[in-house]
Amino acid sequence: MSEYTAKDYKKGQPRWCPGCGDHFFLASLHKAMAEIGVAPHDIAVISGIGCSSRLPHYMATYGMNTIHGRAAAIATGCKVSNPKLSVWQVSGDGDGLAIGGNHFIHANRRNIDLKMILLNNRIYGLTKGQYSPTSPRGFVSKSSPYGTVEDPFRPAELCFGARGHFFARAVATDAEGTVNVLKAAHAHKGAAGCEILQNCVIFNDGTHEAVYTKEGRAKNAIYLKHGEKMLFGENNEFGLMQDGFNVKVVKLGENGITEKDILVHDAHCEDNTLQLKLAMMDYPVALGVIRDVEAPTYDDAVNAQIEEVKAAKKYHNFAELLETNDTWEVK
Amino acid sequence: MADNLKVEELDQVVVRFSGDSGDGMQLAGNIFSTISATVGNGICTFPDYPADIRAPQGSLTGVSGFQVSIASDKAFTPGDKCDVLVAMNPAALKTQYKFCKPTSSIIIDVDSFKKADLEKAQFEATDAAGAIAEMGIKQDVIEVPVTSMVKDVLADSGMDPKAMLKCRNMLALGLVCYIFNRDLSIAEKFLRDKFSGKKAAIAENNIKVIHAGYDFGANTHASVSHTYNVVSKQTPAKKGRYMDINGNKATAYGLIAAAEKAGLRLYLGSYPITPATDVLHELSKHKSLGVTTVQCEDEIAGCASALGASFAGALGVTSTSGPGICLKSEAMNLAVIMELPLVVIDVQRGGPATGLPTKSEQTDLLQVLFGRNGETPMPVIAATSPADCFESAYAACKIALEHMTPVVFMSDAYIANGSEAFKLPNLAEYPAINIPYVPESMKGTWTPYMRDERDVRYWAVPGREGFAHILGGLEKDSKTGAISTNPENHDLMCRLRQSKIDKIPVPDVEVEGDKDNADLLIVGFGGTYGHLHAAMDEMRAAGKKVALAHFRYINPLPKNTAEVLKKYKKVVVAEQNLGQFAAFLRMKVDGFAPAQFNEVKGQPFVVSELVAAFNKLI
Repeated sequence: MSEYTAKDYKKGQPRWCPGCGDHFFLASLHKAMAEIGVAPHDIAVISGIGCSSRLPHYMATYGMNTIHGRAAAIATGCKVSNPKLSVWQVSGDGDGLAIGGNHFIHANRRNIDLKMILLNNRIYGLTKGQYSPTSPRGFVSKSSPYGTVEDPFRPAELCFGARGHFFARAVATDAEGTVNVLKAAHAHKGAAGCEILQNCVIFNDGTHEAVYTKEGRAKNAIYLKHGEKMLFGENNEFGLMQDGFNVKVVKLGENGITEKDILVHDAHCEDNTLQLKLAMMDYPVALGVIRDVEAPTYDDAVNAQIEEVKAAKKYHNFAELLETNDTWEVK
Repeated sequence: MADNLKVEELDQVVVRFSGDSGDGMQLAGNIFSTISATVGNGICTFPDYPADIRAPQGSLTGVSGFQVSIASDKAFTPGDKCDVLVAMNPAALKTQYKFCKPTSSIIIDVDSFKKADLEKAQFEATDAAGAIAEMGIKQDVIEVPVTSMVKDVLADSGMDPKAMLKCRNMLALGLVCYIFNRDLSIAEKFLRDKFSGKKAAIAENNIKVIHAGYDFGANTHASVSHTYNVVSKQTPAKKGRYMDINGNKATAYGLIAAAEKAGLRLYLGSYPITPATDVLHELSKHKSLGVTTVQCEDEIAGCASALGASFAGALGVTSTSGPGICLKSEAMNLAVIMELPLVVIDVQRGGPATGLPTKSEQTDLLQVLFGRNGETPMPVIAATSPADCFESAYAACKIALEHMTPVVFMSDAYIANGSEAFKLPNLAEYPAINIPYVPESMKGTWTPYMRDERDVRYWAVPGREGFAHILGGLEKDSKTGAISTNPENHDLMCRLRQSKIDKIPVPDVEVEGDKDNADLLIVGFGGTYGHLHAAMDEMRAAGKKVALAHFRYINPLPKNTAEVLKKYKKVVVAEQNLGQFAAFLRMKVDGFAPAQFNEVKGQPFVVSELVAAFNKLI
């Protein structure tokens, strides 16, 4: 049992709009941290710029609210140089995938032990309503009055494309689902991408409407659990089956389909092909831990290499370093 | 050596080794400078290499040069022109001849002046004599059958012909050693140290070739009228152990030394960029000292991750050149407002944009001083020579850590790649680095922007219980540390950040030369020190009254700056840009109106041109 409560991680009064998904997520993060139980002074929460990047101000941990897009890069230096810290990086979809897209993919590729939270409301809120890299094609916003003419990123696809080893998804209003995902991210050693689907009540209300309520999720979402059958629906009447190179939704009892035909989720499978299929579904929307594969982390490897070289080399301080050079004496 | 051969005693001589990129000219030059340094001469070297990695063999664009100046006392520059030019092929002769004096001796490998070789270098002539005539060369040309001699010497070595040809540089080196009366035993030791164990045979073969070159000189008198001797002027201050060091390596050593002195982990976040990459290379080697290097996805991440490392309690450093500074500006600015230590290494090259990647300029000065949004004062230190990169990098770290601020350390391609003798420093004698960690007694009352009497905020490293806090890019309240847009508070915070930098103590700028009665004060900064000093020496030797004030500390400027600049009736600011330092000094010193000497050629200053220009001012 953890010696901490959610209160130990709370600070200040959030200034997000009433009803903003950030409020819901923050409450879940406080709760998850209390359950995880790492001391607040051993945690660093690092964000970029944007509405969601205000989050570290409401954490009683160490934190930085940095510059637009660079949170993953800053968090990288933090974790590599001080590996005992638990480092959480918080970004929105603009911060993390537009201006910070390069750092997002490389943090995943290197597999740095960062808990990478992506609060995805598919809009730029703080700059008052422009389309983001996750806005759907045709999206009408202040900067796209006639609709966008570009396709969006899907965070999971980027994460997998960058050889990420962990990807999970939750809906901000779903406290239990969010806490579970955050705890799984903490338990995973390595870069842990968590996409949080959330609303922007002012500029993009209803963007995740199909899954934003409990009733909606019952119909339109599937909670993936490693080792369990992929069943969903109000009465678990639907399931997922493999269909050639695809995954398809089937109804139990129809066409002779029974539970034994339904796929079992394997989050630990090294090959991410099916995991990607699950992450890309529009119906049902996959929630929970989609991929969770163990792999060597960058920060461990960097520090292990330093120890190996220390053991192999004969010079360990500056004076000894000087002696490795050709020298001469002027008498 | 023949008895009737004249030995000329000189204070300074310059040798330029040149050949194809793959001919080993840098190694030959290095050994020659080490031999000279070992006998107590001052040395100063300048590698001049092409931007192409491997231009076609024998082509004009593929020529690599290495110039070394050896002096009886300190060698301030690698020399404008050379006394001896070694040209290993026609392309080298054609492109490097411009560095010869009327009195130079030129050594060529006559075996590589065949018709095909000459065609590659766009000669019409079909042999060496023709090529010399075609270029109108009047100096002594020593035609040495380098290639065939090397093959003869190594005939029984069991080496394949290709490997043999790699030793051509050593034959040239042997001959140069003869001309300059250098003791070959030092070269032998150098090679035996460099190639030991399984590679010992390489050392012995190279040594054989060096001797062959030396003997060729002795037997033929090298067809030269005289040999040279540069006697070392021994002074007690010079006593000690030395190594040869270039600026980038000295920079890396300065960072390592400072981190050790401060008891911190050294973290370098970097991205490869000419001419700064060797700092990354050097630091990456020294993991046994706990040095952490991360080659990031871009320049931005290099700087950002270094700042993250500093937040987490390390000495965060990022290394780059001018184009990288453009990209790092936002994270440098974040370091200003978060008031965390950060050292930014800017090894300047020619700009704008990609500009002249392998060449040297001082054109980043105003960028590092002012190239950020908002009021963002940042200390700037400009190293003055290869060895001074060590001192300046150490000083940059000390200021960053003691004053909780990003600091820019500037060098340039010229001093980064050039080398000189470096007296092994004793770290115990270096000033302590006192980090303003937040005292435990402040637990419960501390907020992140509380300051000490120097306006420096305290450092609370994550992991310390009771000091959890948030920093960031938004303006904070000076008392509570919470986000604040209060106008009075912002004004105050801007002034505090400025006053923190203004209060950093830096040593006075030293005036050298005729400090009491100079008719002309030369003012410079950074990597031009050697050339400006040499120009002053030359003018004083000609009876002129000249002084030099060379700046290492640019921001804050030394306290005596105004006094020094106003003391002399004529002042010239000489710099490798169009007047950036002069503009900065005019801004800082009321009424200062200097003459200017500006050059943006990507090449080091030429001392004779400096002297000619300065003489006109007197």
